[in-house]
Amino acid sequence: MASDPAPLKPQCDEALHEIYHLLSGELDDAKRAQIAVHLDECAPCAEPYDFYAELRRCVQQRCQDQAPPGLLARIEIALDHEPHP
Amino acid sequence: MADQAKFADLAMEHTSSLYSGALRMTRNPADAEDLVQETYLKAYRGFGGFEEGTNLKAWLYRILTNTYINTYRAKQRRPDETDLDEVEDLYLYRRLGGLEAARTGRSAEDDLMDLFAEAEVKDAVEQLPESFRMAVLLADVEGFSYKEIAEIMDIPIGTVMSRLHRGRKLLEKLLYDFAVSHRLAEPVGDTVN
Repeated sequence: MASDPAPLKPQCDEALHEIYHLLSGELDDAKRAQIAVHLDECAPCAEPYDFYAELRRCVQQRCQDQAPPGLLARIEIALDHEPHP
Repeated sequence: MADQAKFADLAMEHTSSLYSGALRMTRNPADAEDLVQETYLKAYRGFGGFEEGTNLKAWLYRILTNTYINTYRAKQRRPDETDLDEVEDLYLYRRLGGLEAARTGRSAEDDLMDLFAEAEVKDAVEQLPESFRMAVLLADVEGFSYKEIAEIMDIPIGTVMSRLHRGRKLLEKLLYDFAVSHRLAEPVGDTVN
């Protein structure tokens, strides 16, 4: 098992706390820039960022389904039967 | 005001996204197809109320969400809420990260796609309590902003954030439990108790 990580600096605490919000593009420019600088110089924080970015890509990719062709046809037929303005 | 004649041109490109969302919510292909068809009919009828230049996909999702809540939710209510207090920040990373890095010398994210196949991720997402599931899907799969999600779900942005916080934690836990149950990872005990 990995040994206990070194004690976190306050910047680490803050960066790690904002991972999901940063990945969602929800931080303002100043905060985003501040965290980017921190991640450039702090490998122990950059690593979980990469991990959660990859987790996001994984969940996104795995949750894609194609609408069945029959559904598209059904919708088009249903729309054709709607009164046109 | 939007022109109904343009509706199909603009809206039909979102069918697969809406179908995916509908399938995660209803967990049933036949219900998902019905839900998407109903969404398109309502959207077509109400297209005059769509403000051109705003996000059409978000508008369609709002109709889908309302339709789902009004039509399907009542019959699929399930016990909500798991105790999430034990799920700390970086839950999945700390468990998979330490383990994988120690075992293989590779970084943990290299293995995520190998670790979690399509069926497992879908299963984990579909196990989330409904209100968390909807928020997580809209944010992490469809990429809507928190503000857009607040509008789609018709809830305050603070509620969006708390549902996301809890939903993401629970998803990490469900994925980890899956990995453990398939012997892909070894259980990691709590270090402090």
